[in-house]
Amino acid sequence: MDAFASLLDRLYFTQGNLAKAALVKDYLARTPDPDRGYAVAALAGSLNFAFFKRSTIKEVVDERVDPHLFALSRDYVGETSETVAHIWPENPAAPRLDRLPALHEVIDRFSAATRAEVKEYLVLLLDSATSEQRWALLKLGTGGLRVGISARFMKTILAQFGGKDVSDIEALWHGISPPYEELFAWLEGRGPEPRVNDGLAFHPLMLSHPVEESDLPSIAAGDFAAEWKYDGIRVQLVTRNGSARLYSRNGDNISAAFPELVVQHSGVAALDGELLVKRSGEIGPFNDLQQRLNRKQPSKKLLESHPAHLVVYDMLQDGPDDLRALSFIERRAHLEAWHRARHYDQRLSLSPLLDFTSIASLTDLRARADRSSANYIEGVMLKRKDSPYVAGRPKGHWFKWKRDPLSVDAVLMYAQRGSGKRSSFYSDYTFGLWSDGQLLPIGKAYSGFTDQELRRLDSWIRNNTISQFGPVREVARHLVFEVAFDSVHRSSRHKSGYALRFPRISRIRWDKPAEEADQLSVLQPLVQDSITAGVGSDIQP
Amino acid sequence: MSHPKEWMSVRPEGLYCSAGDFYVDPVRAVARAVITHGHSDHARPGHGEVIATAETLAIMGVRYGSGFCDRRTPLDYGGVMDMGPAKLSFAPAGHILGSAQAIIAHDGGRIVVSGDYKRRPDPTARAFEAVACDVFVTEATFALPVFRQPSVDAELIKLLTSLALFKDRCHLVGVYSLGKCQRVMMELRRLGYVKPFFVHGALIKMCELYETLGYRLGEIVPVASVEKASLAGEIVLAPPSALSDRWSRNLPNVLTVMASGWMQIRARARQRMVELPLVISDHADWDELIATLKDVGAPEVWITHGREDALTYIAAKLGYRARALSLLGFEEEDGE
Ligand SMILES: [Zn+2]
Ligand SMILES: [Zn+2]
Repeated sequence: MDAFASLLDRLYFTQGNLAKAALVKDYLARTPDPDRGYAVAALAGSLNFAFFKRSTIKEVVDERVDPHLFALSRDYVGETSETVAHIWPENPAAPRLDRLPALHEVIDRFSAATRAEVKEYLVLLLDSATSEQRWALLKLGTGGLRVGISARFMKTILAQFGGKDVSDIEALWHGISPPYEELFAWLEGRGPEPRVNDGLAFHPLMLSHPVEESDLPSIAAGDFAAEWKYDGIRVQLVTRNGSARLYSRNGDNISAAFPELVVQHSGVAALDGELLVKRSGEIGPFNDLQQRLNRKQPSKKLLESHPAHLVVYDMLQDGPDDLRALSFIERRAHLEAWHRARHYDQRLSLSPLLDFTSIASLTDLRARADRSSANYIEGVMLKRKDSPYVAGRPKGHWFKWKRDPLSVDAVLMYAQRGSGKRSSFYSDYTFGLWSDGQLLPIGKAYSGFTDQELRRLDSWIRNNTISQFGPVREVARHLVFEVAFDSVHRSSRHKSGYALRFPRISRIRWDKPAEEADQLSVLQPLVQDSITAGVGSDIQP
Repeated sequence: MSHPKEWMSVRPEGLYCSAGDFYVDPVRAVARAVITHGHSDHARPGHGEVIATAETLAIMGVRYGSGFCDRRTPLDYGGVMDMGPAKLSFAPAGHILGSAQAIIAHDGGRIVVSGDYKRRPDPTARAFEAVACDVFVTEATFALPVFRQPSVDAELIKLLTSLALFKDRCHLVGVYSLGKCQRVMMELRRLGYVKPFFVHGALIKMCELYETLGYRLGEIVPVASVEKASLAGEIVLAPPSALSDRWSRNLPNVLTVMASGWMQIRARARQRMVELPLVISDHADWDELIATLKDVGAPEVWITHGREDALTYIAAKLGYRARALSLLGFEEEDGE
């Protein structure tokens, strides 16, 4: 694994994506199978297990290194893996390998080993490695590789390496597994494109462009279909005779997180849609979905309280037929027929087509999304009726027109220290609106400030602290923030009775007196509740 | 016999030998100074008489101009000089060109002030020689067990590999102007690098001195004399301070490299935005410090600039009497 270790080391220090991609491609070109495939998996985060625990590292180092010297060193270096990598003393009496085993061998040995064997093998490798290699081994082994390569970026690199399109890689990614030997054979022109033979392949998505003012004239009502733009996450459901798979927009298999959507689908199909959560028969806001997105394996309780729901809006495969070359309208007919046959299925609903005859009625629709729509709608989508389904972001086919963010002027009430790089700053703020001469909190936001603004704000907070409890400071009610947000909801969690969705601080109003900040009552007409909203019925199947 | 502690002491000016009335590496101007080597925290201008190796005197001349002291007294390795009743001699320290350990013998006692030293081969410095003594004065720049340097070849091969992979990027290498610069150049020549080295103006004079003294550095071209775009894919050497300043901004598609013992600590390399850290040091690492205590075998060890806690601790464990000498004015971090 020495080549992999030097790759990791270089990636760790390298700044630009271009240079990172060059390093990985060079590694792939020089490294034989199956090692390079495992390296790809490790970097892209698809090796989902740890070889050993942090506590195991501590145990083996305690047996080898004077604890006082280790403590002095750990203090100086600031990080345990690196300290162990540097400090690990060779033991001339201990067995040693002439060179480190290949990456695949290391992975095989660790995954087959018992607890006791893990420790023994770890020590053998540490004894046989350089400091740089030990660091890579410890990072790899604890699953803590952070060298700036995301799964998505890795697919791009592989595409460049083989002169392919990234959507081709995405299409087969979920169907292949480490060490990806057939993928490399294809990328190097030595073999055919890997056949994803379980019939549950991901189809790369067609994406939309935001509507620009200048696009409006080219949007003729008769040429386009309109739908709501849902505030969930984009997913693809692929079914084949009883089995099914759910993919995220990048082709990651997320079936395990949404088991209720992947069971018992008859026939063969690939559907494009939006994942949401339905509570007591009503589709809930993004917050509800967030509960599910945080869990890779949901508990039974969560499955019951927050069942997943899929709003379908396109169909790419119907039985033996690939529909992607057909027009939107033709695909829509397939989709409606497919849904009709399953209208009883509470997990599914069909995204309705919205009536729109002119730009004016379009603007109207968008305004409905702005002011009164259910809280899982964030705008409208426009799709050319004659568009085929083209992977990527082709121009002129699909547009999204999100509603404008709303905003209020609120007063800063509490500040809390941030975490990570900004942990020394107060970068986490709670703010409120006036109600009968009193401020009631309506939300909390992190800053999106420049460091300079943050420093100024930080010193303002220190100088205006009224009381302090733990990491939180309560400040004098003097400073006004302009807070933008996507929507308002009723909330029993806040004393004010309201909660903001996606609040963010758009400006600090150093100039504005706190008395002139907004009253709580301005939120009343903006409230969106799925239960009372009129358009909610448009979406029910 | 008398123990060195009876005729050696720490004064505000630095380490003082009362038997011979002179200082070793004083931080203020004194009448008589013994200088172990040319780095600026050891060799300062303005003394009356300076006793040093001929190379160190030449280096000081280049750095400070010919009037850096009133009288220069060269002393070769192995030569002996009477300093009143005491005797002074030099042994190689392996640190940089001309670096010496000062050996002071008096009344049957002997102390070795090693200055800065390392134990690894360096084509520009005579190898360290262990000299038996009663008191060994050691540096502690890298005195933590995490400082354990890889081989110079392994580090420089990283640079050559990167040059082969990133053919359009100017590899800007941060090196201390005295010692590190010329050592890196000679080692790269030994590994077969034949293209010119492009250098920052601050490195030129010292490289010329090395050439004059017979060290073959190969073709050296001042960066100022060439079209900047032509530096893509070349090695450019500059002092560390120039890595992030304006000077480097005109270079094409820079890949920042730094050769220093401090590069072992990842956070430090990242802090300086170094993309290719090369752990190449002219100081003893942890293993070398301990090996040196054993090779010299002095029952008493005095520890100067650096992280003395770990070294004091391990020296005591190994059975040596160890104490920290608080000398001011020496670089602990980022220095030479
Ligand atoms: Zn020095
Ligand atoms: Zn020094």
